[in-house]
Amino acid sequence: MNLKNKNVVDYLLQLGDDRLILGHRLSEWCGHAPILEEDIALANIAQDCLGQATFFLNAAAEEIGNGKTTDDLAYLRNPNQFKNLLIMELPKGDFAFTIFRQFLVDNYTFLLYQQLQNSKHNQIANIAQKSLKEVKYHLRHSSEWVLRLGDGTEISHEKSQNALNELWAYTNELFNENEIEKKLAEENIAIESFKLKNEWLDKVTQHLKTATLKILENKEENIFNGRSGKHTEHLDHLLSEMQIVVRAYPGAKW
Amino acid sequence: MPENNIVLEKEFEKRLIQQEKIEPRDWMPEKYRNQLIRLISQHAHSEIIGMLPEGNWITRAPSLRRKIALLAKVQDEAGHGLYLYCAAETLGTTREEMFDQLHEGKAKYSSIFNYPTLTWADIGMIGWLVDGAAIINQTTMARCSYGPYSRSLLRICKEENFHKIQGMEIVGVLCSGTKEQREMAQESFNRWWWPTLMMFGPHDSNSPNSGELLKWKIKMKSNDELRQRFIDITVEQAKVFGLEIPDPNLNYNQKTGKWDTGEINWEEFYNVINGNGLCNKERLGARKNAHFGNSWVRDAATTYENKKNNLKAA
Repeated sequence: MNLKNKNVVDYLLQLGDDRLILGHRLSEWCGHAPILEEDIALANIAQDCLGQATFFLNAAAEEIGNGKTTDDLAYLRNPNQFKNLLIMELPKGDFAFTIFRQFLVDNYTFLLYQQLQNSKHNQIANIAQKSLKEVKYHLRHSSEWVLRLGDGTEISHEKSQNALNELWAYTNELFNENEIEKKLAEENIAIESFKLKNEWLDKVTQHLKTATLKILENKEENIFNGRSGKHTEHLDHLLSEMQIVVRAYPGAKW
Repeated sequence: MPENNIVLEKEFEKRLIQQEKIEPRDWMPEKYRNQLIRLISQHAHSEIIGMLPEGNWITRAPSLRRKIALLAKVQDEAGHGLYLYCAAETLGTTREEMFDQLHEGKAKYSSIFNYPTLTWADIGMIGWLVDGAAIINQTTMARCSYGPYSRSLLRICKEENFHKIQGMEIVGVLCSGTKEQREMAQESFNRWWWPTLMMFGPHDSNSPNSGELLKWKIKMKSNDELRQRFIDITVEQAKVFGLEIPDPNLNYNQKTGKWDTGEINWEEFYNVINGNGLCNKERLGARKNAHFGNSWVRDAATTYENKKNNLKAA
């Protein structure tokens, strides 16, 4: 594999892993949501995320060649080979934590896919275009709940503020400068995510304000770097559960 | 009974004989209404409790395709729950009342969901056997006399058929897979076979409500008839998979052209119904946690809605 291919593969893994890990976390709600309608909605969003992950990982597997499959990438990599942002892997927490994570990530994904529709890499452009419709709906869903929870009861307000405070520390990482993105951006394949930050911050801040919530000041510097395979302890647990059947029966087809 | 009601009931029975559907605003005997509420809400509860044993494997499904399909399947069950609760609401009850009865242990749900899902093969078996049994029950019930229930069942059966095919595909892949996979399938089949036969309920001779339900066309065939149909279909399918039926007394009856089985363990059946199954406490506990543990979410939604409406009104 030449260097350009390697960069493309790494970029596709970044995009795919974000959706895979987030989709997995969302799927944990199935059967345990506050109302039946949310069981359905969260399962729907989780399926969308996992579907998008499948597309990106499939494209990565094709770039790698050598008979590598999409499922190999999902089920046979170790935690330090996963490139998702840390915010995706945090445990699902309570309903407020899940909703606020979705809200922050949905806004980010929306802006990202909007740009990636114009990628010179055909598959990336196609996946982004197709997925954008889904993400629009996800964003509407999470934005509505942010208002209900933030501006609902005293209890829901407090839980919302706590969730937001905890999550906020992970949002800088969304916009870290990243060598692969930089190189691929020069070729109009990728978009440098730090360029999305201002628009993201404007949108998010405005909506959170409407929901009567406050944003903490973030230190500009942060040492989180999921993109380079440095993860929290949570990812290892998530993957040991996700991969257990495949790993226990090497070579079997399912 | 007031004379007026006698006339109405005669009229009602005439409509049943003429295969007419009874609709929400039509007159119906109170007992018919109550039996239907019991029946539909039990079915709805079964759908949402049924999400739990399968949901148990979403995070461990062994491929992305299986994971998405299983999620979609469990999501369908939630959808079934939703339209069944709505169908029951047409009879004058509310989702809250039905939930209360479930949470207080007063309403029943299908006992099959009190069995644990222990391996990936169980996901295949539930689709093939449990959904297969449900389809046999529900396609006959889709001809029942109450319009909203009959229409929900038509839709549910279409989706359940798809689930059954999905389950059979999982079992098929396992049975043509490695030795360990075939053993996994057989072991799982051994655990699910008998509980699935129990899903059809006690023998006709022991089924106290059946007579009235049959008369009112809210039960279309007897438990034993439906069970026999399931056995005859499934024994043949098991042969194709190369699975052995865990019943030494299984025997093809030349006279009837049907498969005779050994006796069901009714002691186990009543034990699980009465709360002593492996997962009774866990299933209801998970349900209660989801409901009561998240009541603050529902409160927030209502409060927010009220605030918004008050603003509009002001």
